[in-house]
Amino acid sequence: MGHYLVRRLLIALPSLVGISVVLFTVLALAPGDPFADMVQNPNVPPEVVMNLRAKFGLDDPVWQRYFRWAWAMLNGNWGFSFISRIDVDKLILGRLPVTLVVIGASQVLALLIALPVGVISAARPYSWFDRIASTFALIGFSLPTFFTGLLLILLFSIKLDWLPFVFRADISATGWEWWRQNILQAIMPVTVLGLLQGASWTRYVRSAMLDVIRLDYVTTARSKGLREYAIIMKHVVRNALIPVVTLVALTMPQVFGGAIVTEQIFRVPGIGSLLIDAILRNDTPVVMAVTFVLSCLVILFNLLADLLYGWLDPRITYR
Amino acid sequence: MQEEVLRKLVDDVRAGRTDRRAFVARLAGLGISAPFASLLLASAGVAQAQPAGYKPTRRGGGGALKLLFWQGPTLLNPHFGIGAKDQEGAALFYQSLARYDPDGNLVPVLAAEIPSRANGGIAADGRSTVWKLKKGVRWHDGRPFTADDVAFNFAYATDPTTAATTLAQYEGIAAATRIDADTVRFEFQKPTPLWHRSATVALVPKHLFEAFGGARSRDAPANLRPVGTGPYRFVEFKPGDLVRGEINRDYHAPNRPHFDSVELKGGGDATSAARAVLQTGEYDFAWNLQVEDEVLTRMEASRKGRVVACPSGDVEVIQINHADPQLEVDGERSSPKSRHPILSDGAVREALTLLLDRNSIQRFVYGRAGVATPNFLNNPTRLNSPNVKDEFSIERANAVLDGAGWKRGGDGVRAKDGKKLKLLFQTSINSVRQKVQNIYKQACAKAGIELELKGVTAAVFFSSDIANPDTYGKFLADLQMYAVAGRPPDPSVFMQWFVSWQATGKANKWQGVNRGRWRNDEYDRLFRTSEAELDPVKRTVLLIAMNDLICREHAVIPVVYRPSMYGLARQLVAPLSGWDTALSSVAEWYAEA
Repeated sequence: MGHYLVRRLLIALPSLVGISVVLFTVLALAPGDPFADMVQNPNVPPEVVMNLRAKFGLDDPVWQRYFRWAWAMLNGNWGFSFISRIDVDKLILGRLPVTLVVIGASQVLALLIALPVGVISAARPYSWFDRIASTFALIGFSLPTFFTGLLLILLFSIKLDWLPFVFRADISATGWEWWRQNILQAIMPVTVLGLLQGASWTRYVRSAMLDVIRLDYVTTARSKGLREYAIIMKHVVRNALIPVVTLVALTMPQVFGGAIVTEQIFRVPGIGSLLIDAILRNDTPVVMAVTFVLSCLVILFNLLADLLYGWLDPRITYR
Repeated sequence: MQEEVLRKLVDDVRAGRTDRRAFVARLAGLGISAPFASLLLASAGVAQAQPAGYKPTRRGGGGALKLLFWQGPTLLNPHFGIGAKDQEGAALFYQSLARYDPDGNLVPVLAAEIPSRANGGIAADGRSTVWKLKKGVRWHDGRPFTADDVAFNFAYATDPTTAATTLAQYEGIAAATRIDADTVRFEFQKPTPLWHRSATVALVPKHLFEAFGGARSRDAPANLRPVGTGPYRFVEFKPGDLVRGEINRDYHAPNRPHFDSVELKGGGDATSAARAVLQTGEYDFAWNLQVEDEVLTRMEASRKGRVVACPSGDVEVIQINHADPQLEVDGERSSPKSRHPILSDGAVREALTLLLDRNSIQRFVYGRAGVATPNFLNNPTRLNSPNVKDEFSIERANAVLDGAGWKRGGDGVRAKDGKKLKLLFQTSINSVRQKVQNIYKQACAKAGIELELKGVTAAVFFSSDIANPDTYGKFLADLQMYAVAGRPPDPSVFMQWFVSWQATGKANKWQGVNRGRWRNDEYDRLFRTSEAELDPVKRTVLLIAMNDLICREHAVIPVVYRPSMYGLARQLVAPLSGWDTALSSVAEWYAEA
């Protein structure tokens, strides 16, 4: 086990270096310019832009810029944003709480939908409940979030005027009012994200359950005369959840990465909107930091999922 | 227009024979912007119009002011502002010596009065100006605002290692010196009529930024926690997302501000920002609504808010490439040394001008967001509409081309001396611009000119990356369209667009602003003369002559002038100016009961 862990971590190192090289090269090759706004402003002379480019080292060759970035990163210095001249780690930390709350809540919602609906569907396959649930799941993961998001805004904000559609990270009210306002503004983004994720997880849970439910030991349990509830909960669900747990673990980096489209629609100040803003403005240090952290998390959670798998299913061993 | 005529017009206003607005409108028809016309009157000693009434009779009590910007400010130091959004965020806390009002008049903010020849503020030789500062102004931390602060801002911004973006506004200033605590003098390198360019720079306190000049500019704690003189004190800043402020009880103007707190939320897109103000009323103000007018009109039907279009200096133009984009000279295409094989023919340029149906473009594409204009330097008002109507004529375009010897071929495309009349027309990708491209293409086809359309992603088109061939700076096409954006209070910034020494190319790393590479000795001479001309009337005559020259020679084809579009809640009263940042007047905003 210990050997396995060390080996996996050692394998992770070259992949991280590879990822960073690819990211940096793609960003360097991508057209665009962090100072495009200034170039268009007749009050800013071109020399100012040239001066800034030189000062931020944008005119150096790509490999020089890469090594400068990599060395700084190794020393724990994430660099600063070209656009706001603020340290990147401060920018990311500022966006993290909202991201964790909104995306985390949506994942919890997704699980709350997917587990019961998936289990019941599989327990009575091709029943009316299963058919209806399957139809909704299909609709759910076929509809993109920008569509469902706008639909909800149209209905609940504009027609009914129940919910606000601009998310504010900073609500000045206190006590119950604070909670009420925060919940009201989070309902729509959380629902949009939760339904999408929930729909696909429902299908996974259902098919994992169906795989297990046909096995001989379940028939044995039935023939022992156990109650249906006990069979499903104790014998089927526990085993069926093994692949689902891996799946959930693998989507965890998303919780940190935010949801770009949904955050943009509802103006949620999360990491996703930070990333898209940085990409649109060619703010390389921010894009690098966010994507690099995400790749680290993906590798980490992959490892975690593998370890979890072994813990859940003792037949699996590590060498 | 002759000098005497102009002098008589100014005299008429002074004697009360002509209305001030009528004068501004008359000059606008000649291509002179509103701020410049106002300046002309001010220099002749005509009293400025009184600012519109501010009704609240006490400070505060207006509740929260909620502003929605689809691009949130990413930094709050006004000297680092990269785009308009950053200047807006800084304007909540920092103020300048003066600002522009809706009519383009310079009105004092931190200054006690606007310098003029009459009050001795402007030296007769044009080499210096003296600003008297308003007394009793305090920074938010209680320290007094003095002439030292003004002088410090000049030193701070002009240090090249600070990398300040306000550098250009201090261009031509040799020194800023304190005379006494309330008086500061700017000295110019040479006599200049452009004494007011630095007036709108938002000022930061010396005592907090002094230790952080030059290379250490990024480390100043006050970059993220502004301490200004403005109507609101800083509370919180989340880059790109949120700026919050609370009322400044010590604000230097009576009964202001009206609101108890201010919140600026950023992010999202322009359409949904308009919706939050006009349809649901969640916010009081939406900034820079780059949304199709048709959509805005539909949202306004909910009657929760209204759209305000502020006249400004922004002009959408079709630029003509006077250099040859196909021929390679000294390793570069579109070299300023080359001449365009087709567009160097004045008849073709005239036909191209006649083929632009500006009125239809205004009516069907831009709506309130674009007003047809035949002039490059313009702020036309509806009171004095220039002769736009008879500008569009396919028959005349055909006649001009026939006269110049361009014969139609079998495919309907004209040709002369073996050169086909085929042109490449590029612009940035943006639904409005693509519509205009298509309207123009159809009109040109009727006159035997074939246009090939090209769209370039905005991020590439407006990039300063010199390695990219598709930028508007390189201009490797025959025609290109974009907006001359920004708020130049004085036309000479725009007028540099046509001087030969600004022709862009490899020699200046494509940083010149004359991207059409037009050259005209007469124009160069007029520009040089205007740079040193101190008499505002004479200078105006020169500028009108320059505008006429560009239009007569068809050096560029103006399309529409673009007012700044803002969305306001029904009760909000805000004297917005298209010549300045929207929030420069935020102290004057109030809500009607």
